[in-house]
Amino acid sequence: MAWLVDFYRSPLAKKAVMAVTGVMLFGFVIGHMAGNAKMYLGAEVFNHYAEGLRTLGAPLLGHGQALWIARIGLLGAVLLHIWSAWQLTLLNRRARPTAYVRRDLINATYASRTMRWGGVIILLFVVYHLLHLTFGSVHPSFEQGNPYHNVVSGLQNPWVSAFYIVANLALAFHLYHGLWSMFQSLGWNHPSYKSARRIFASVFAVLVAAGNISFPLAVLAGIVK
Amino acid sequence: MKLTLNVWRQDGPGDSGRMVRYEMPDVNPDMSFLEMLDLLNEGLIEKGEEPVSFDHDCREGICGACGVMIDGRAHGPLPGTTTCQLHMRHYKDGDELTIEPWRSAAFPVVKDLVVDRAAFDRIIEAGGYVSVNTGSAPDANLTPVPKDVADNAFDAATCIGCGACVAQCPNGAAQLFTSAKVSHLGLLPQGQTERWRRVRHMVATMEDEAFGSCTNFTECEAACPKGISIDFIAQMNRDFVRARFRDPEADD
Repeated sequence: MAWLVDFYRSPLAKKAVMAVTGVMLFGFVIGHMAGNAKMYLGAEVFNHYAEGLRTLGAPLLGHGQALWIARIGLLGAVLLHIWSAWQLTLLNRRARPTAYVRRDLINATYASRTMRWGGVIILLFVVYHLLHLTFGSVHPSFEQGNPYHNVVSGLQNPWVSAFYIVANLALAFHLYHGLWSMFQSLGWNHPSYKSARRIFASVFAVLVAAGNISFPLAVLAGIVK
Repeated sequence: MKLTLNVWRQDGPGDSGRMVRYEMPDVNPDMSFLEMLDLLNEGLIEKGEEPVSFDHDCREGICGACGVMIDGRAHGPLPGTTTCQLHMRHYKDGDELTIEPWRSAAFPVVKDLVVDRAAFDRIIEAGGYVSVNTGSAPDANLTPVPKDVADNAFDAATCIGCGACVAQCPNGAAQLFTSAKVSHLGLLPQGQTERWRRVRHMVATMEDEAFGSCTNFTECEAACPKGISIDFIAQMNRDFVRARFRDPEADD
């Protein structure tokens, strides 16, 4: 194990860790978005789906155990992703102690330049989102065991919905650069799929964000009620 | 034509430095950028002032000695062009230019626009070589190399080590340089003997120097006067992880 710790000291290894944990988190946001889309099928289907997540793996696993395994895995991925980003950011700041008087970037996209602050917005949102719809502590009318009610009544507040929309726009930019970037960090650039990397990143960035943003819009428009 | 230059002046490594404004009343559009700086220096010498120090050698775009930030871009506004091959016809009368040295903790400023790029030499020393048998030179074409591999290795080998990639990178990272050097030997059959050790050592040395880390802005590729592709960075990342997992305990 000592070599693994030594390996992680390398910025190249930290980038690989960011790519792998990024894939895990990407898998989660896709699944989360697809699962939440069940709210269009009504309260019963949605609440049944939410309960189904708790009985996942039965009878091998007890009630809620699979969910906790997933949560611990995701928490680990989030911590490693942020810790690596933090350390690399400090390294990068040290690498250019004197700023240029004039600076003209050529290729850098808006998405690539906002990775760090976009990530901070997403983190703040995730904390709020957990307090809002998982723990219910910042939700005015939280009902344990009735997620459909919690989502719909929560998103009927336009300010809350606005934050959900802004955070998902940040997520779209983060995914647009991150999903492409992970191939680079892991060294996956074979000519047979190289040109598809950008398309992959664009499609999934838009898909995740559009799906997630449709929920608050649908609630505000009264389509989901 | 008439130009205004804002040039970084710094007496030595210990000096804090400052931007100084110079008026150039009569610049010939046929001049190269370095000839324009020569003209500036002639004027300064005539006035008894200290000329602006800048690095240069071949002045034909192949040595990698020249290189300054011109209006915030490494080697100036043209793609695939070193500072010496940038000509003043690309500017127009009345333009105001900002000229600064490469900014990197790994490239300390020696004087004015001159930086110390010895960090690159130390990366090369760490693994930029191949082991060969001594004796007479081997026959030509004794070692077959597929055409696409040879082309790819040559693309990497065109790196002139100017440091534009580091200068342009918002993180001051040296991934493009190091990956070009790792790949150019690592792709060829002659370079296989040290392939895994090479990537470990060159990356470790790159990381020991004060370079930053890649965030895939792709600024380096755009600024590189030789158009070296970030594909080599991907290959280096892959080789680095493979080298570690092939032989986790190796510390040679």
